[in-house]
Amino acid sequence: MSATPPRPVPAERWEHFPHVADMGVRGFGSTLDEAFAAAAHAMTAVITDPDAVRPEIRVEIHAQAADPEILLYDFLNGLVYEMAVNGLLFSRFRVRSEGDRLLAEAWGEKTDVARHQPCVEVKGATFTQLDVRREDDGRWLAQCVLDI
Amino acid sequence: MDLSRFSRLSDTAWQLEPRGDMRVPAIIYGTAELISQMDDKVAEQATNVATLPGIVQASYAMPDAHWGYGFPIGGVAAFDPDEGGVISAGGVGFDVSCGVRTLHTGLARQDIEAVKRELADALFATVPAGVGSTGRIHLQDQQMTEMLDGGAAWAVSQGYGENTDLDRTEERGRMAGADPHAVSELARKRQRKEMGTLGSGNHYLEVQHVTEIYDEETARTFGLEGGAVVVSIHCGSRGLGHQIGTEFLREMALAAEEHGIHLPDRELACAPIRSEVGQRYLGAMRSAINCALANRQIITHLTRQVFADVLPAAQLGLLYDVSHNTCKTERHVIDGRERELYVHRKGATRAFGPGHPQLPAALRDAGQPVLIGGSMGTASYILAGTRQAEDLSFSSACHGAGRAMSRHQATRQWRGRALVDELAARGIVIRSPSLRGVAEEAPGAYKDVAEVVQATHEAGLARLVARVEPLVCIKG
Repeated sequence: MSATPPRPVPAERWEHFPHVADMGVRGFGSTLDEAFAAAAHAMTAVITDPDAVRPEIRVEIHAQAADPEILLYDFLNGLVYEMAVNGLLFSRFRVRSEGDRLLAEAWGEKTDVARHQPCVEVKGATFTQLDVRREDDGRWLAQCVLDI
Repeated sequence: MDLSRFSRLSDTAWQLEPRGDMRVPAIIYGTAELISQMDDKVAEQATNVATLPGIVQASYAMPDAHWGYGFPIGGVAAFDPDEGGVISAGGVGFDVSCGVRTLHTGLARQDIEAVKRELADALFATVPAGVGSTGRIHLQDQQMTEMLDGGAAWAVSQGYGENTDLDRTEERGRMAGADPHAVSELARKRQRKEMGTLGSGNHYLEVQHVTEIYDEETARTFGLEGGAVVVSIHCGSRGLGHQIGTEFLREMALAAEEHGIHLPDRELACAPIRSEVGQRYLGAMRSAINCALANRQIITHLTRQVFADVLPAAQLGLLYDVSHNTCKTERHVIDGRERELYVHRKGATRAFGPGHPQLPAALRDAGQPVLIGGSMGTASYILAGTRQAEDLSFSSACHGAGRAMSRHQATRQWRGRALVDELAARGIVIRSPSLRGVAEEAPGAYKDVAEVVQATHEAGLARLVARVEPLVCIKG
């Protein structure tokens, strides 16, 4: 794990997709790890503008699950927990997974209501439309609907 | 949804016959118009629920049903433990016991018009709302355990409110059978600073006035008259409930196969009621119900403090407190035999009819108040439980308007500032920490709650008593 934050996720690597009550997040990448990082970026974008979140504080997220979809569920919910308990927002993500284990670092800062104008609290990442797969073009996709 | 797939039971009840793995039919309540506007996913999800072990009578969806997680939001299903029935973390949802309570004020609209803005500012300053807001009450472990066991009754014992509030709260303010030790350390930690906070999303505190009475006699029993000012609080079990949902959804989804349960959708995560994880979830979920009841009780106390400062003549007595996302053990008569069932209501309100023994004496002849929140800036409704809902839906009714449009679409269509100004021009004062949050909750992004309550009334699930409209809205 490094002492400097990774670069931000480029705009073309993440998106939101609609769910009538809530919001879906989707990340893409050339590896599963990149797609996970992009999905995490998309989750921050549900709450605030990720570009406005300074990468000053680093936290680690550990997860373990045989199923890569459960691994995504655990990773995003690990971030939800850190945001809720420590009042943080994250803008940079470095994900390393190997087999059934994931070790990620997320960089961010304490929520500043005036500056970040956070619009919703994510209650949790759900199993709804939870999907991790390698697409035909070789690109990885990681997605799920968030309960907000 | 395509109505031709349904058998029409009445103008407001539509049935999908059992097929495939369905053990019982799925019944959706609502007018032809409401149902044709519903997402196909509502039928798919109600059908999936009908396949779960031990389901009794039918899988129901209320007139405000929309696409949820496993269960439709607006879904009701009861399970019998004697028939291998299940308890489902997906069927309760993340925001355990999210609900609404409404308080009388003893004031009329003209009493508050002059101080509306001052009142809005004071409420916004006193009741923590929005992302990352923390309460002033930080619970240490032992107090947390007492709160999880005691619910609103614990809050009253700590000085937040009055004993009479408990008569007007489901379960008399304390959900029995909670097991605080089944609540994880993470869930406790997530709640430590969140007691007495509204949260965000569609949660709110509104000062409202009664604009129409549909049933004079019941309205009198409920203490409502035209022009009367009331306060409604909509929020739930906060981080503790979210964490319990997150943990048990995962655990139940992974354990389903071990229990021999085939899940058509992982989000239906469930376990036999008579299993170790099922019992542990029940203990944790009931603790989360207590957390939600305590939370609304503390916010009630904060609201009373504000009114005491700004409008000392106000007397804030509780009309009633209802919960939407729960699984409760109840006795229901099925084919002439009384059985103990585990009734899941996911985005649905319990609606006991007149004479129900669990209602407080003052409300017993009228039936339970059913509090239906509208979207920000639109009307809310107060209904009363009916006797026939016992046969129709295990005494359940709708819970709100239900979204018609995603948050994504809403932010494209509306700007928060313009909405706040527009509502202000209509005499509604909005206070919120987030303008984007306001845009996402735009009234136009929701179904017309009037149609939903009308259909609920026509279907006999609950009967209309009064309409209220907002004067002040604190949005999380």
